Amino acid sequence: MPAITRLLFALAIAFLAAAPFLFGSFTITLLNYIAIYAMATLGLVLLTGVGGLTSFGQAAFVGIGAYATAWYTATQGGSPWIGLILSLAMTAIVATVLGAATLRLSGHFLPLSTIAWGIAIFFLFGNLDMLGRYSGLSGIPAIRIGQLSFEGTTAAYYFCWIVLGLAMLLCHNLLDSRQGRAIRALRGGTALVESLAINAFRMRLAVFVLGGVLAGLSGWLYAHVQRYVGPAPFDVRAGIELLLMALVGGAGQIVGAVIGSAIVTLIKNILQDVLPAFTRYSAQLEVVVFGVLFIVLLQKARGGVVLMIKRLLPRPKPRPVVDAPALPPRAHQQTAAQNPVLSVRNAVKRFGALIAVNDVSFEVRSGEVLGLIGPNGAGKSTLLNLITGVLKPNSGTIRFQGTDITTLPSRRIAAAGMARTFQHVKLRPNMTCIDNVMLGLYPRTGAGFLTGALRLDRKEEASARHEALRQLQRVGLGGKYGDLAGNLALGQQRLLEVARALAADPTLMILDEPAAGLRRLEKQTLSDLLRGLRAEGMTIVLVEHDMEFVMNLVDRIVVVDFGAKLAEGEPALIRADARVQEAYLGGVA
Amino acid sequence: MTWEIALLLVQDGISTGAIYVLVALGIVLIFLVTRVIFVPFGDVVGYAALTLAALQLGQMPGTVWLVLTLAAIATVMEVVSLARQGDAHRIPRALLFYAVLPILPAAVVYFASMHALPMWLATLLTVAVVLPISPLLYRIAFRPLADASVLVLLIVAVAVHFAMSGLALLYFGPEGFRTEPMTRAFFDLGALTISGQSILIVVSSALFSFLLYLVFERTLIGKALRATAVNRVGARLVGILPSTTGATAFLIASLLAAISGILIGPIATLYYDSGFLIGLKAFVGAIIGGLVSYPATAVGAILVGIFESFASFWDSALKEVIVFSSLIPILVWQSFTSHTGVEEEIEEDESEGQA
Repeated sequence: MPAITRLLFALAIAFLAAAPFLFGSFTITLLNYIAIYAMATLGLVLLTGVGGLTSFGQAAFVGIGAYATAWYTATQGGSPWIGLILSLAMTAIVATVLGAATLRLSGHFLPLSTIAWGIAIFFLFGNLDMLGRYSGLSGIPAIRIGQLSFEGTTAAYYFCWIVLGLAMLLCHNLLDSRQGRAIRALRGGTALVESLAINAFRMRLAVFVLGGVLAGLSGWLYAHVQRYVGPAPFDVRAGIELLLMALVGGAGQIVGAVIGSAIVTLIKNILQDVLPAFTRYSAQLEVVVFGVLFIVLLQKARGGVVLMIKRLLPRPKPRPVVDAPALPPRAHQQTAAQNPVLSVRNAVKRFGALIAVNDVSFEVRSGEVLGLIGPNGAGKSTLLNLITGVLKPNSGTIRFQGTDITTLPSRRIAAAGMARTFQHVKLRPNMTCIDNVMLGLYPRTGAGFLTGALRLDRKEEASARHEALRQLQRVGLGGKYGDLAGNLALGQQRLLEVARALAADPTLMILDEPAAGLRRLEKQTLSDLLRGLRAEGMTIVLVEHDMEFVMNLVDRIVVVDFGAKLAEGEPALIRADARVQEAYLGGVA
Repeated sequence: MTWEIALLLVQDGISTGAIYVLVALGIVLIFLVTRVIFVPFGDVVGYAALTLAALQLGQMPGTVWLVLTLAAIATVMEVVSLARQGDAHRIPRALLFYAVLPILPAAVVYFASMHALPMWLATLLTVAVVLPISPLLYRIAFRPLADASVLVLLIVAVAVHFAMSGLALLYFGPEGFRTEPMTRAFFDLGALTISGQSILIVVSSALFSFLLYLVFERTLIGKALRATAVNRVGARLVGILPSTTGATAFLIASLLAAISGILIGPIATLYYDSGFLIGLKAFVGAIIGGLVSYPATAVGAILVGIFESFASFWDSALKEVIVFSSLIPILVWQSFTSHTGVEEEIEEDESEGQA
């Protein structure tokens, strides 16, 4: 962290620690609310900014957390600590059910349903006798630890901010771990995520539940600081205020949760002072002002405040990669040299009336480099999509290392030891090169959410970083490990994808036009690298248009045209084949 | 529950559902053409009903001020952006569309509201003054974000809803209104009594759905709308302007909203925020149709109406809870039947949020 950033952090913490000695109780109460909202916003930051999902129902989760502990402590006389468990468990359960229902559908169904259930929950709070209907529940005890009570405003202040600080630290750690990288990869489509043996649906569900649990924690704090809960602060309007906080702060920035919460809460406070002078409907006008602010923000500054500040600060230097013990290689199923690693039998894929792949069969033998060529639109990419599980064939079978993978999803095929690159480069441009490569290590590592958040994964992480750097060096990008992937030239991005595929230590590598956009020297490096891999026993399937590159590298070639296999054999034979010449040149040359 | 009650509930549900059909069709139309999930659509319905109520009471509806404000903002935005692009010669046209056309009905309503108006004239004026609202909102809030993701557009839509409902309270106050029914006729069908208003609702709903179908099938603009919905880039390549089709979709939807508001006014007491709930229920119907199919949307909207009618019979306090919770099983069912879900999702602009 650069010195100036560290200084800013130290100042902020000193300010927060000293605040009760500087300000009156009104300001401290305001700061308490900022902390409580920041906690719920933190959940949205993970959900919206990092994971690319959106919820308008975050306030409803806060409500579930608040009501769970309020009901238990105020009407059943229980301890707030059991109430905490209840709050977290209730939000986790509700989030799991809702997430399971909506997260398989395309992106907008989740936020839409959160509006509906946010309203449903609000009416539920207001109509249930056990929750005090619209008058709410009062007489909620303050939090105590032994003799220490957090009843006063100042005591509650320290409690809230310490809990918030811890939650932010854990989230920060999580994002910098194996599962955190997978969460960060969710934004930008599932094709890449699934090709890395990550279950995108489960990962989305995990983020959604995590966001919900943070809201539940916020609700627990709210109930025991405010000592009263009613339905009003948990409606959809509150939900969109939380979303506004997340976006003002800067979606995807952990600190943004606090900054956004502070800005929005302060503006709200000012509006509440000013508006009543103009109208008796000041609460409604406040909503109008927020609505307009929101629209202007999204139209003019979608990045939020934290990114604006970050741009002024020096960019942090990449963390050095330290030496660490190597990750264990993946257990490769030994395939006898003559047995096929991959076999495609009578594969057919139709899109409506168009037959993209028509009865294609071929085999890939262990340790060979197979070139798959054909004119544009011949069906090469569809064939690769069938092999990697992105598409399912209408008929035919595909076997990988003897196992039938015809109907398996991409992630299972990836987990079985197949890694791929994409024709249209799929990277996460806002992650560093080394983080992108570490995504490829997902199936080779094992750290879970809790391990990552508590930093118990450091040994594995060090090994993983070391391994990722090694793969970057292999493709000649070792010096750029700390750069953002989006800042690389296209050719380098292709090489980065190769490094990511290599990191998975696969049995079979599928490379979709890896040399497109590469300069001559880069092509030479890539060609040497692939030759070296073959010497190590790796099997490679390669789609490529650069014939010189293909002919000099591959052992055998399969030619497809109009969805059907045209020819198969060694490069020299293919070059002499009249049908192939006709397909490429439109007539016998 | 006896058969008579069940029949009564179904009848009641169908007439409410018929209104949801019009609202839901508007929502699907806007979504398909512009990718905007237009949450404030229900508010426009509410504005229509409250406008008619105000006119019937001989008051000046606040909608006039809303339209004038929106027209002023949109005109300034359009003129500034044209001037910046160096397209000054297009400014007169912009003034016609964004200033003159919206202000004209607003001015007429402003002066007409001082007199007692016959029912047909009040209805007509309501349609005329509500019509510009959605296209103006499109110009102000959504068109500057045309290339943003569905998610960003949705967040903006929710923000617009809150602004609209806040303004509705300022304009109309917290009291509820019910408009005069257009007919007081009743028909006895054995055990069942059907009100003329319900028949009017169902017939109008069917009529306008059919008109919408004709527009799509028989007119060039309808075909342009369909083309944009199927493939935005392709439509642009053959010379269809996305901003024009977008504005058209919002205009047609605005008409549907105005009609829905006029139809629902006599059968329910509406408050400044009632429109939102109507809109959301129509959304539930639209989601049953997967936000893609118009006929399935219509069926879904009718189902929601019937379901709501039974829910209010079982427990009127928890009516909303029951209706909105029904969304969850619907979504579960959809996630197991639809295969076009996550897999074919368009990849989001990756630099978004970082720009």
